[in-house]
Amino acid sequence: MDGIHDMGGMHGFGRVEREADEPVFHHDWEKRVFAISLQAADSVGFVDDHLRRSIERIPPDIYLTASYYELWLRSMEAIFEEKGILSPDATERRMVELKRSAGDG
Amino acid sequence: MAGHHHDEPESDIALRVKAIESLLAEKGLVDPVAIDHLVDYYENRVGPRNGAAVVARAWTDPAFKARLLDDATAAIAELGYSGLQGENMVALENTPEVHNVVVCTLCSCYPWPVLGLPPVWYKSPPYRSRIVREPRAVLEEFGMAVPRDVEVRVWDSSAEIRYLVLPMRPAGTEELGETELAGMVTRDGMIGVAPV
Repeated sequence: MDGIHDMGGMHGFGRVEREADEPVFHHDWEKRVFAISLQAADSVGFVDDHLRRSIERIPPDIYLTASYYELWLRSMEAIFEEKGILSPDATERRMVELKRSAGDG
Repeated sequence: MAGHHHDEPESDIALRVKAIESLLAEKGLVDPVAIDHLVDYYENRVGPRNGAAVVARAWTDPAFKARLLDDATAAIAELGYSGLQGENMVALENTPEVHNVVVCTLCSCYPWPVLGLPPVWYKSPPYRSRIVREPRAVLEEFGMAVPRDVEVRVWDSSAEIRYLVLPMRPAGTEELGETELAGMVTRDGMIGVAPV
């Protein structure tokens, strides 16, 4: 599929920025996204190519500005929705519940 | 996607991920304890030290080096390293005539069993777009000027194959043992963006 992800040879992205002493993950949620996707790949049944296809469908403006694991998250959610496992609505509802119970605690 | 705004703050993303994990756990599709183990594995147990051991072995054992260049997946497995994103390994030998450098222009393909998970710059648009067009300029920014008479080969891992660069053994290390040599090998050297 042609698209923004196919960026070999493109101009204009500037210097390669490197981070000194970079951690493997930058946020705890990135760890969960990474490991959930590995497990779900087995339990739900998808392979790297599904994840990549789904990442490649993310609109270019988001693709270029979202963090790497945010792209994974979006891509994974799209696969879950496609397979009828998890709807965005269900996720939103659970977020509200979690927020409420955290507030109560 | 409803409510999934790109500019949502980190805490909202964290909450979203927590919600997804709990829903999937209820359906038996993920196991939070197993998630902890996976995270620990990729955060603490797999990394460039694995690749460095492979390189040091190749530097000190010609028969192993020959096997590595012939069938890297099998040779690397001899040291106990295998698994996801390392199923089809190819070792690229740097020589006085040829310098190899690795990229994944489409995304983030990287040899996890020997290098761990990739750094952010490897997955970033500047590296992916430029290393195939102007590799020497990018390598210079990394502090590595490749002489004009050395050929630079850029390998795009956007397929099933994962590459490990076998750097040249530094001069003056004839007396060093495998462990000391492994200590000299860097992640960037095995991607091909640094001399060792």
